[in-house]
Amino acid sequence: MSIDITITVNGMVETHSVHPHRNLVSVLRDECGLTGTKEGCDDCECGACMVLVDGSPVNSCSYLAVQADGKRVTTVEGLAAPDGTLSPLQQAFLSCGGVQCGFCTPGMLISATALLANAPSPTDEEIRTAVSGNLCRCTGYTGILDAIRLAAETR
Amino acid sequence: MSATFSAPTSLAEVLDALANGAMPLAGGTDLVVGHRQGKRPLPDDLVNLDHVVDLRGIVEGDDGSLFIGTLMNHETIVNDERVRANYPALADASSIVGSAATRGTGTIGGNVMNASPAADTIAPLLCHDAVAVLRSKAGERRVPFSELFVGPGRTSTVAGELLVGIELAPSGSTTGGSYVRLEYRRQMEIAIVGAAAVVRLDADGRVEYARVAMTALAPTIQRVPAAEEALLGTDAGADAARAAGEAVAAAARPISDVRGSANYRRAMAAVITQRAVTTAATRARGGVVRIPASDSTFGDSAGREGSGS
Repeated sequence: MSIDITITVNGMVETHSVHPHRNLVSVLRDECGLTGTKEGCDDCECGACMVLVDGSPVNSCSYLAVQADGKRVTTVEGLAAPDGTLSPLQQAFLSCGGVQCGFCTPGMLISATALLANAPSPTDEEIRTAVSGNLCRCTGYTGILDAIRLAAETR
Repeated sequence: MSATFSAPTSLAEVLDALANGAMPLAGGTDLVVGHRQGKRPLPDDLVNLDHVVDLRGIVEGDDGSLFIGTLMNHETIVNDERVRANYPALADASSIVGSAATRGTGTIGGNVMNASPAADTIAPLLCHDAVAVLRSKAGERRVPFSELFVGPGRTSTVAGELLVGIELAPSGSTTGGSYVRLEYRRQMEIAIVGAAAVVRLDADGRVEYARVAMTALAPTIQRVPAAEEALLGTDAGADAARAAGEAVAAAARPISDVRGSANYRRAMAAVITQRAVTTAATRARGGVVRIPASDSTFGDSAGREGSGS
């Protein structure tokens, strides 16, 4: 059986017919064509698949597409301005060396975006906690934490 | 077999679906992750609870109890001032479940009914004499947490029953509680061992009510009566905390697995219980220990206390 779901993805209302057990990340990547969201561990450990659902970070590999029915989903593609101008947070990731291979970057950006939406001036501990569900195997995290701090300070 | 899925807005419709064999889906952070990890397939028939408003809310009862709806996620619980003030052990636990994303999605009802021997919220709930409020088409049933867990992943609920919420016993200003978890890392972690303690002090500062429960030390999370007796009538000082810890170590029936050997778990049971009791007593005396207590009781505790909650 398939279920029709309607999700607002990066501001666009989309309807898809999905199997009830299908995860959100596969719908985003294969049906919506939004391949910025990565599938890493596939069981909620690495955070590469993080997206915002109604503003809250969610591991989309372990979240059923049917759970997102009627909700707003924001992927990394939705962070930049429509003309492609990077968000201050994305720009800070570049200027602070918060990106190396890039695989974790979409998830990191999503978790940090959720943090900055809720905490005007986050402490270092709040920043670390916010990205605690996101693994990075390249940067050693320092550049990522610097970038989030910079984005918080300069907005 | 073909999978079915429904997402009703009323509890009655949910109970109908459960009566027809569907399994409830809350945040999915255990159910779906278990499926992705290959532990167990997703049930063929799912009923999504997400749209049932009646399953949300944190409500104070006339008797001073606190009712937490089954769909309340950990982030909401941690940020609730009533929970932080009167049930800090639960706030300690909810604040260290998974990651920020897990806490925003995972629900207290799911954490309880998953019935993991390592679940973080269950020991605090046991220590607050929590009652599981269950609903089915046959009506309502109230089951004390002490009778809810029958084995790893197994509860005493019957087919068609839904945990609609959890009622916590009244807790006042002379009551203090804490949950402390031994962990290899701060976040995205499961307890190696854990302990919760709740103590209430009389006017002379003596323990007149004590609850101690142990996590990841037996097939189910359970209270340890000998540890509670070791605290009653004492000042909840270092000697009493040590005695409670020894009682938990003696009662523990730990397993050896990738997280630790049975011997290590038993040794750490004493240490972690001691810290949980000491933290609960500090809070009962009006002292501030930051949430989560796990942070404050390891290493740099001096620098972490006194910053408020």
